Amino acid sequence: MKRQIDCKNLSLGYGSKIVLSGLNFSVSEGDFLCIVGENGSGKSTLMKTLLGLQKALGGEIKFDGLKPSDIGYLPQQTPAQRDFPASVREIVLSGFTAKMGLRPFYSATEKKSAENNMKKLGIESLSSKCYRELSGGQQQRVLLARALCSAEKILLLDEPVTGLDPQAQAEMYEIIKNLNKSGVTIIMISHDVNSIVKYSTHVLSLGKNTFFFGSVNDYINKNIDKNINKNKNFRGGDTLHE
Amino acid sequence: MNDVLQTFQEYLSLPFVRYAFVVVTLIALCSSLLGVTLVLKRFSFIGDGLSHVAFGAMAVASVLKLSGFENMLVVMPLTVVSAVLILKTGTNAKINGDASIAMISAGSLAVGYMLMNKFPSSSNISSDVCSTLFGSSSILTLKSSDVLFCTVMAVAVLGVFVLLYHKIFSVTFDENFASATGVNADRYNLLIAIITAVVIVTAMNLVGSLLISALIIFPPLSAMRVFKSFRSVMICSAVTAVVCSSVGIAVSILLSTPVGATIVCADIVSFAIFSAISKK
Ligand SMILES: Nc1ncnc2c1ncn2[C@@H]1O[C@H](COP(=O)(O)OP(=O)(O)OP(=O)(O)O)[C@@H](O)[C@H]1O
Ligand SMILES: [Mg+2]
Repeated sequence: MKRQIDCKNLSLGYGSKIVLSGLNFSVSEGDFLCIVGENGSGKSTLMKTLLGLQKALGGEIKFDGLKPSDIGYLPQQTPAQRDFPASVREIVLSGFTAKMGLRPFYSATEKKSAENNMKKLGIESLSSKCYRELSGGQQQRVLLARALCSAEKILLLDEPVTGLDPQAQAEMYEIIKNLNKSGVTIIMISHDVNSIVKYSTHVLSLGKNTFFFGSVNDYINKNIDKNINKNKNFRGGDTLHE
Repeated sequence: MNDVLQTFQEYLSLPFVRYAFVVVTLIALCSSLLGVTLVLKRFSFIGDGLSHVAFGAMAVASVLKLSGFENMLVVMPLTVVSAVLILKTGTNAKINGDASIAMISAGSLAVGYMLMNKFPSSSNISSDVCSTLFGSSSILTLKSSDVLFCTVMAVAVLGVFVLLYHKIFSVTFDENFASATGVNADRYNLLIAIITAVVIVTAMNLVGSLLISALIIFPPLSAMRVFKSFRSVMICSAVTAVVCSSVGIAVSILLSTPVGATIVCADIVSFAIFSAISKK
């Protein structure tokens, strides 16, 4: 499979504060990479660095055949202001702005595809509602629909199911899985071990000084060895950590 | 009543009254559109801040004995640079947007006032200061070149807002998402900073800095009380601004009240009306 992202000896952080260093991993077309680690281990920072929102403090990130406009992104929290007037449709469509280039308005295809994405996430009935008046879970779906609009080749998700009810979580994972099947590379931050085992092909685990990067099977085996209980059935919601 | 209409018609037949109408309406339109973005980006004070910068810059210009058009060559670049600085610091968390505006505005007001005192260009400093804040009576002495300049500016601002509407929405709503997916957010922020500076400098020369801040914040805030999508807020804000400024000028002519202050009062009334509607 073709390499899409290659990170060598990457260091991340804020200003002079290094959060992580010496990180090596790569992502190929069609991969489903899960990033795991404790709160504060630098998962979101890594994602922001990959997206170019944050400067890497050292090392290199190489992209192959990826333009920024091929990328979809679901942030962990959107600091959208409490009083921002925006309808669901306006927000979902804004996933296409990068693809517009100099064209000032959305094309009919883009409108259609936004409509489809809203349907996929079951929010088509909310499309003219005001975003700030939705519940947290509904807002999450709106932002995922926006991410789907912009994700052509790769989708980065920062804890996509946080705040969703179990039914919606399962649906969300199905959507992500189908997207992955259709050839879109997925990078997802998650604390939910069941879903990692079920859906991902690769795992990147971030710890204080220990990293793990490899296929999901290696990850499971390694953790079973380390696990004193030798408990094969991971409990959902637990964070695996070396 | 007929008397009033009669007087009004007489006034309207005077060219300088028509000029004032056109100029104020265009400025109100531009600043209300810009205002939606600025209010949502938490830069409501930028009107105040930048007009103080422009005041300081004008003091520098008058010390250099520049006048008229040359004036603008000093004032415009300085204000544009400050606008860029303010809007930039907003995104970097070390100094908050509001704090940086307060710093820059208080700083340039002080420097400007000191320069004006030390190197007075006219004998009456406090009237100079007063006219920068409240707009000189010059609003009724506008020339046709002022009208032309204002029209060109308004067309440019409107053009930007129509052609880049979706990008401006994207960058205002979620700058991180926009730049992560390949929208050049910095470029649009820079553009907004430049437009802001140009509108404010133009407007404060003509209508004074107090009025320009009001024109930037009142119409968007009124619109946001009632409307819940970005587009409807934009449209409502523009319409409100135009209506309020027209009513304001009309009233100020009929009751011979100060133009700027009357328009702001009209804006306050409209805000009260919109608030009442939203409570229903
Ligand atoms: N804007 C910032 N400035 C400085 N330090 C930051 C900033 N954001 C995060 N950090 C620090 O960087 C470290 C990693 O944060 P990050 O948000 O990447 O963690 P995370 O792995 O995503 O955690 P979580 O599971 O809670 O989402 C933390 O120690 C945090 O304190
Ligand atoms: Mg995080």
